[in-house]
Amino acid sequence: MSDYDVCDLPGIVARWNNDPANLVQILRNVQESCGTIPSDTLDQLAKLLGVPRVRIEATASFYHFFHAESHGAYEILFSDNIIDHMAGKEALKRYLCERLWLEPRKLSEDGLVYVDDTADIGLADQAPSMLVNGHAVPSLDHSRLDLIAELIRNKKPLADWPPMLFEIPDNIRQGGPLTGEAFTPGAALLATIARGTDETLAELDAANLRGRGGAGFKTATKWASCRKAEGESLLRKHAGPPQVFPGPLGGEPSEARFSGGAHYVVCNADEGEPGTFKDRVLLNSHADLVFEGMTVCARVIGAKQGLVYLRGEYRNLLEKLKSVLARRREKGLLGKNILGEAGFDFDIEIHLGAGAYICGEESALIESLEGKPGKPRNRPPFPDRCGYRNQPTVVNNVETFACAARIAERGGAVFAASGTPQSTGSKLISVSGDCARPGIYEVPFGVTVRQILIECGAEDAHAVQVSGPSGTCISFREFDRRIAFEDLPTAGAFMVFSRERDMFEVARNFTHFFAHESCGFCTPCRVGTSLLRNTMDKLAAGKGSAYDMNEMKNIMRILQDMAHCGLGHTAANPVVQTMEKFPDAYEKRLKKLDFEPAFDLDGALQTARLITGRDDEWAHIAGEP
Amino acid sequence: MTKTFTLDGKTIPFEEGETIMEAAAAAGVYIPHLCHHPEFKPHGSCKLCTVNIGGRLGASCTNKAAAGMVVESETEALNADRRALTQMLFVEGNHICPSCEKSGNCQLQAVAYHLGMLTPHFTHFYPARDIDASHPDVLIERNRCILCELCVRASRDVDGKNIFGIGGRGIKARLIVNSASGRLADTNMSVRDRAAEVCPTGAIIPKRHGFTVPIGRRLYDHQSIAEVPVAGIGRPKRD
Repeated sequence: MSDYDVCDLPGIVARWNNDPANLVQILRNVQESCGTIPSDTLDQLAKLLGVPRVRIEATASFYHFFHAESHGAYEILFSDNIIDHMAGKEALKRYLCERLWLEPRKLSEDGLVYVDDTADIGLADQAPSMLVNGHAVPSLDHSRLDLIAELIRNKKPLADWPPMLFEIPDNIRQGGPLTGEAFTPGAALLATIARGTDETLAELDAANLRGRGGAGFKTATKWASCRKAEGESLLRKHAGPPQVFPGPLGGEPSEARFSGGAHYVVCNADEGEPGTFKDRVLLNSHADLVFEGMTVCARVIGAKQGLVYLRGEYRNLLEKLKSVLARRREKGLLGKNILGEAGFDFDIEIHLGAGAYICGEESALIESLEGKPGKPRNRPPFPDRCGYRNQPTVVNNVETFACAARIAERGGAVFAASGTPQSTGSKLISVSGDCARPGIYEVPFGVTVRQILIECGAEDAHAVQVSGPSGTCISFREFDRRIAFEDLPTAGAFMVFSRERDMFEVARNFTHFFAHESCGFCTPCRVGTSLLRNTMDKLAAGKGSAYDMNEMKNIMRILQDMAHCGLGHTAANPVVQTMEKFPDAYEKRLKKLDFEPAFDLDGALQTARLITGRDDEWAHIAGEP
Repeated sequence: MTKTFTLDGKTIPFEEGETIMEAAAAAGVYIPHLCHHPEFKPHGSCKLCTVNIGGRLGASCTNKAAAGMVVESETEALNADRRALTQMLFVEGNHICPSCEKSGNCQLQAVAYHLGMLTPHFTHFYPARDIDASHPDVLIERNRCILCELCVRASRDVDGKNIFGIGGRGIKARLIVNSASGRLADTNMSVRDRAAEVCPTGAIIPKRHGFTVPIGRRLYDHQSIAEVPVAGIGRPKRD
């Protein structure tokens, strides 16, 4: 929580090994210590890193948390998920703005404070929430905002703010093997070393562990394939010319300089799906389990380096995670010759994101780790063969690594004993919205939606958005469906909506989210997400017709057929699913016409009215007041 | 023995490592595309060349051909999607064909004709985009940019200059140049660069040559883009 000092560019660049692949981290440090990333900084960075300025600018302008213009000494970003709206976010934001005499998205006149929105910051169980200079403040209400306004007016440095503002409880309501049982750091590693890597892989296979990020790819298959793939060090041993992997996005030459090990372990902690916050809790209170899972993976695939890609919104976890890593190094659980095993060398570095949901997609995440805009690569090849620095890389979700540690420690059979045959083990569910007890529920796979609703005290539930905007919206008619890969796969989000909620507004919020988070690489997603957002806004303004409903279905088909990655494929789901399941929410907004233009003819005359100083009847289009 | 796959029922030979697009072009079969150019590394962003590969949809410019593959391209459904993508490109920018120097030589316009696009269909975005006329010989007209990154690739991979890049994200993505001022004049751009002539639309054009060839006698004025040998595409090279 630094006040902004003079920005020491050479120092920051040196801290990141003068490596352009670390550009996102370098820009983060610049942003954090200077408050902005001014244009001349880009030139200096280009010189220091020896890459063209245009590439630095491409990265600097891609991420939401980087900006060239000043946001003052206090940058306040309100979390903008529908759950925050339901908890009164808009009114609270207006309240704070009034207290501080400013308008949103406009630096205050004294240059002190800036207020804006940002995508869900992973605190849906403690909504509404905000980021102050990148640090999360949960459970906002009038009294907290009064205090914050006071602190800002007194120009109190963030480091001196009352710590209670930044306290974030885990809210674990139901524990399980990951969140409810003690873990001795090193236990899984000892078992792995004793058992051997082939056997550990066999246990993982027997456990039938599937990726917890939502896609459900079998972890043992991914690890085995990555282990088999030849990395740089192995390629060098071949007599023939080295195999050249295609660069990201079909050919950009990689700036990567190989630093040691040829295989990499990457932990995807870019938990950006609105309504999901289980990785926040795992990293806050069970980081050892996660790091140990990564180390087991390193042992199996032969990696020397691991990376955690922590979403920028979880900046407040950074120091804590670093101290866990330091403790593990002291105990010989990271570093050289781990647990005395000669040649078992592995260490973990944490990289922070900078406000880009798309970086949760594994190949976009790798691009971001390499200092580029987070745009998904063309696949194949997949990361298991050609990932970070074009080397074989395992990318797994935080929860997957935690599960892998438990499997290594206790064996596959114990793990597979819970859940369903196709979806073994437990799943962390992040419950938020209209319920008495929002928080984390670790449940065995196969549990019904209804059971979770009973546990969390959601008596009036009408709809649940499972796995966030990119997941599935289910109505009260489907509450007997099960959380499982074979029925309702989920990354963990579970947003509950009561009978009073307007499901149209839920979907409209999600279309705004996707339009904001589309990376812009492919045509269908770049344009399609904006078309969807505009059409939903048109309906909200009372100008919708049956024609628009069909249009949105058409756009959904194009997105599903043509988009480059999962973001585009799923971006229309919330609209189409709510249209199907809650038609009333849409129909009451439609004009009974075949078509209604978005263009407001009378509104277009407003400028002319202002210029002429007229507002009489004849200065308006008839019938449009 | 040569390996083959079928494209709309036609047998297409291919060499190991070739993409579906490359093999199809070599066999004289046109697949609509905008960001692809045979001289540059595949990009896969415009998605116009999406085909059905054994039941799965994928860009033909980035998916490698494989023996026995069954590929469909000229289907009613795929062409409807392609038309919609082209319409999306039209409404996200400001494409005023009648006043554009590139009209008749423009691939966006030609693809739109080929796909039977009669209207923009979607509501126009009318974005405010910059024109950069600072350079003595080359004009950047961002209203016409479709973000295909051909200039980015040409400048980086052929000219070795890295003059172009894409800044911003989502619908706000925009063409940026390699100078602190953001002006093309302050880069080492030359009108002789490959990047100066590779633009499929009129977004990057040499100055003072707009009407050297009069409208009516231009590349796509009398022929469909599918029949015109554009830089090796649509023209058989192996028979």
